[in-house]
Amino acid sequence: MQSEQHDTHWSKTSRLMIVMMALWVFFGYIVHAFVVPLNSIKFFGFPLGFYMAAQGSLIAFVVMLFWFAKAQDRIDRESGVAEDD
Amino acid sequence: MSSEAQAGNAGFTSSLGRIYGIYTGGFVAFIILVAILERAGVPNKVLGYMFVGFTILVYAFIGIISRTVQVSEYYVAGRSVPAFYNGMATGADWMSAASFIGMAGSLFLLGYDGLAFVLGWTGGYVLVAVLIAPFLRKFGAYTVPDFLSARYGGNTARLLGVIVLLACSFTYVVAQIFGTGLIAQRFLDMDFTVAVYVGLAGILVCSMLGGMRAVTWTQVAQYIVLIVAYLVPVVILSAQKYGLPIPQLTYGQALQEISNLEQSFLQNNLATTASLKPHTQPFLNYSPANYFALILCLMVGTASLPHVLMRYFTTPSVREARISVAWSLLFIFLLYFTAPAYAAFSKLEVYSTLIGKNLADMPQWVFSWGKLGLVTICGKAAESVQAITAACGAVSGHTGVLRLQDFGINTDVVVISTPEIAGLPYVITGLVAAGGLAAALSTADGLLLAIANALSHDVYYKIIDPNAPTARRLIVSRVLLVLVAILAAYTASTRPSDILAMVSWAFSLAAGGLFPALVLGIWWKRANSAGAIAGITVGFGLTLFYLVITRYYPHLGVQYFGMGSLLNPVTGAPLISAEAMTKFLADPAVAAGPALVTNPLASKIGWFNINNISSALFGLPAGFLAMYVVSMLTEAPSKQMMDFVDACRRPRGGTLMEEKTV
Repeated sequence: MQSEQHDTHWSKTSRLMIVMMALWVFFGYIVHAFVVPLNSIKFFGFPLGFYMAAQGSLIAFVVMLFWFAKAQDRIDRESGVAEDD
Repeated sequence: MSSEAQAGNAGFTSSLGRIYGIYTGGFVAFIILVAILERAGVPNKVLGYMFVGFTILVYAFIGIISRTVQVSEYYVAGRSVPAFYNGMATGADWMSAASFIGMAGSLFLLGYDGLAFVLGWTGGYVLVAVLIAPFLRKFGAYTVPDFLSARYGGNTARLLGVIVLLACSFTYVVAQIFGTGLIAQRFLDMDFTVAVYVGLAGILVCSMLGGMRAVTWTQVAQYIVLIVAYLVPVVILSAQKYGLPIPQLTYGQALQEISNLEQSFLQNNLATTASLKPHTQPFLNYSPANYFALILCLMVGTASLPHVLMRYFTTPSVREARISVAWSLLFIFLLYFTAPAYAAFSKLEVYSTLIGKNLADMPQWVFSWGKLGLVTICGKAAESVQAITAACGAVSGHTGVLRLQDFGINTDVVVISTPEIAGLPYVITGLVAAGGLAAALSTADGLLLAIANALSHDVYYKIIDPNAPTARRLIVSRVLLVLVAILAAYTASTRPSDILAMVSWAFSLAAGGLFPALVLGIWWKRANSAGAIAGITVGFGLTLFYLVITRYYPHLGVQYFGMGSLLNPVTGAPLISAEAMTKFLADPAVAAGPALVTNPLASKIGWFNINNISSALFGLPAGFLAMYVVSMLTEAPSKQMMDFVDACRRPRGGTLMEEKTV
């Protein structure tokens, strides 16, 4: 019973990890591969490709991490392996 | 946790808010006081000393009141640092003298391609939070090698971890101490060697008595100083120029003006297509492959650097460790998303007030930094109007109007000249000096502790004398800390140019050496001791091999290891022509010139056109592969080890590493 719960905990944790890694690859690399076409779009006066590398992806990373802390905590609590408050 | 302890904790946390609130208010009041003194005619030099002296005294005070005789306080600050404050401390720990002073300058010179550093040094925290830090916190490590030893059973993995840690941290700490010397020399006119030892004292008072506990609370104080100092000048500049004190938004407009000026320079023969690299155009300095390789190496390196990871050992829970990584990144983000604004404003200033103007009409700031050799015009230090007129007179066909290709700037000038460019009083310059010093000292503290702890905890206590009583362990820790600090300061005082530039090697070395063993240790139960030893050795070895061969023995690389000339990112032509290569190989000693580069961050020789700053691109996959293959070829870890990994994966149930308290 307990080990079953542990298994679901780890499979949910792994899924969240994969989602995070996919977002990381997208904002860290994929979006910047399109810098040249993106640069023809203007965003608050910035060429969008430049903006994404200078600010956009960074903001995404920060938001991702706060969301991740929350999501992982929810998984821990649902599986009964969270620390006491 | 009992309700009593909880109440105590809540009291501790709320008083932290009050203490740092008062501290920040006091710091602002101090800035105002210095501004008033400046008005009253107190000389700049005195004001500069006041700034540096006051801030170092505050750090020393925090260091002394945080002294401790408890092992867990010394190594992990008693695991009582709330997520928010640990985030600030990590911010200060992370952002070095180079981030504070040098990064905006790199962005000035490299334009879009420089953003690889901004992306790499922030995105790595995603890996820290998701893959590594919370699990190491659950395990309850004091040091990163602690985890390697527990997971991979024994001292071989531990020692390998210590070797990688030393390789990536020592050059880094030397560069920080060098940074403190440079800042004190430039802003305070102090003798460089004296300044280095003053910096050493500043570092020791923070870390020696209180270990991690003292370093944590001084780093929080240092973060506040450094972020205020970084933001104030550029916020004022933005308000002056665009009527909006949010430089991160207004520099979009500056970028447009820069690109208009770039066009007009080309039309008016003020720049050649070779000298002009449009600021927002990508891949002029790095090929796309090198750009992405650099981002990857910096990100993975960030997630493997022991002095960063050990900050997350100090939080009260696994949950808080995760939140703390998010706070860390937010605090780091504040500086990194401002740096490109510095670069853009500074470039606009150079483009609009220098290029295309008569040599006689250069603004004053050019000469104040030119005297230190940090700004060059026509290849000579811009010491005075006479000096630059003479220098440009020697250039054939020079009309006396400054062209883009005549102008040279040291990357450090961008941040430190901004107060002067904005016409701000000296108090702001003093503030920037204090900020740069805070950045250098806080990073040096963290690194020094990482090195000294690895030597005292991992080598002395765990390997040499496991029965050592607590008191002796703490004495050994402190003695080692002082010895390492003195060695680092001595090395810095010799101004070793290679060591300084090698800081960027640290990221690749940490990535290649530690990342596979740390990540697979948690995420792949089948990983075993033999696999980890193979992974660390191969990953670290190959990364180091690539760095050393491309930097020091390029002829061996070409002759025996199938390396070739790197390519120019714009034209695609080899950096060393076939003819030059033949000559060079015939007599490497005499003809080393074409293959060696003055900047150790770049190489002209390599595999697959990959620059040596991204050498983990080879070491990292090799490390993973070696670890996988050797693990699969040898026996699976025991049931106990599998259970241990499971326990690391579940936050509940306290730390796994036992600490004896007597």
